[in-house]
Amino acid sequence: MANYSTNEFKQGLKIMQDGEPCVILENEMVKPGKGQAFNRVRIRKLLSGKVVEKTFKSGDSVEGADVVDVELAYLYSDGEFWHFMNNETFEQIAADDAAVGENVKWLVEQNVCTLTLWNGKPINVTPPNFVELEIVETDPGLKGDTAGTGGKPATLSTGAVVRVPLFVQIGEVIKVDTRSGEYVSRVK
Amino acid sequence: MSFTDWRPTASWETLKIRADMLKRIRAFFADRNVLEVETPLLAHAGVTDLHLHNATTRLQGPGLPKPTTFYLQTSPEYAMKRLLAAGSGAIFQIGKVVRDDEISRRHNPEFTLLEWYRPGFTDDDLIAETDRLLQVLLGTAPADVLTYQAVFLQVLDADPLTPEGIAMIRRELETRGYGDALATEEEPDVVLQLAMSVLVEPAIGQTKPCVVKNFPASQAALARIHKDDSRVAHRFEVFYQGLELANGFWELTDAHQQRARFERDNAQRIARGLAPQPIDERFLSALESGMPDCAGIALGFDRLVMLKIGARSIEQVLTFPTLRA
Repeated sequence: MANYSTNEFKQGLKIMQDGEPCVILENEMVKPGKGQAFNRVRIRKLLSGKVVEKTFKSGDSVEGADVVDVELAYLYSDGEFWHFMNNETFEQIAADDAAVGENVKWLVEQNVCTLTLWNGKPINVTPPNFVELEIVETDPGLKGDTAGTGGKPATLSTGAVVRVPLFVQIGEVIKVDTRSGEYVSRVK
Repeated sequence: MSFTDWRPTASWETLKIRADMLKRIRAFFADRNVLEVETPLLAHAGVTDLHLHNATTRLQGPGLPKPTTFYLQTSPEYAMKRLLAAGSGAIFQIGKVVRDDEISRRHNPEFTLLEWYRPGFTDDDLIAETDRLLQVLLGTAPADVLTYQAVFLQVLDADPLTPEGIAMIRRELETRGYGDALATEEEPDVVLQLAMSVLVEPAIGQTKPCVVKNFPASQAALARIHKDDSRVAHRFEVFYQGLELANGFWELTDAHQQRARFERDNAQRIARGLAPQPIDERFLSALESGMPDCAGIALGFDRLVMLKIGARSIEQVLTFPTLRA
């Protein structure tokens, strides 16, 4: 993997730090008029998710991280791995529990997800921003309540639990924003 | 590349404030009989400073039969000192300068510098005049004036003029997560510069400007060594609200010492794998012929406007920053 000099630093650049691939969130040069320049960067570690600050002497180089995002369709889970496929090449790849993490509850077969690969291995799975899922369990709501005040919890087919308006019933399909985990609308 | 970003980044209101501040600076110096001058942006030599990078261009024409490298000046210092040596008396200049490899929310590679020289002044006299100018332009309270040693003792409880103190400062930087920046660095001045930028600066000059004087002799630049303490130089800087605003010297007038400093810069450049830079021999000739005893200062005008309007980024005070010029 290539090395990057501090002058190439920008938001989104993937670099190695402390043995972990990281993405640069912010980069700022600090320079006394007659003194050495430094780059202060905020980075997110892509394995632990931790955000940390680092300072480099300007002109120094750091190792780049071979991190790419690919769009793959979710196929199925065998209990240990979650399998995805490239819809053009039909190449398959398996992501483990650590990569899928919390997002397991938004995985819907055939949906195209973004997989972050480090050295070709999935380290993160991001579902589409919106998914449609069926409600498998919720309290029967009050008839005629359309204001949706308060709402109620509903369990979806993947096991995800979201708050829905009172009028939404078991068996209905709803649209959910996976970034916030919030109900958006019913799907006809 | 998208060219839809053709509009100015400063508001009209800011540009009017900027114009008004230029007017007031000119009035300030007119009242004090300081002559406004203009010196070349392009010169046959640049600076040897380790941490300043001249942009260059090539010119040709009658008298220049072959394309010849010219250096865009990082400050008008050498040319203004030639004027002083030629008998100008007190002078000031408001002009563009260029520093390569400096882009941030506080830096634009091309920026406006206010620089002035006062024959007969010491650094303390010039500190007082600079403070007065800030009071006039920004309405600030009288500045704090502290020595470099005192600010480090105050903020970090470590003496920047002793090897033990510098070792303490280095450990403090490492403790606070700045170790990576120093991994390949042994130079005490770089340790001090980092500490100044990230630890000291945020702690000083917040409610009123802070002048830090008596910089270490190893960072004297073009200042004379202190008359009572050879560990420090008659160099000062002005800090206000997180911005390094100005750098001033009780000027070195000794041509011999000046040449030795240029040569030391170039030796350090070579040691760091940087190209040595040509020395401005006309400037040295002027010093040899005799420059009057004087103090001089360079003040970042764009940063002055930033302070005036409370801007977070230098773009807010420029018509078109370099990245959309």
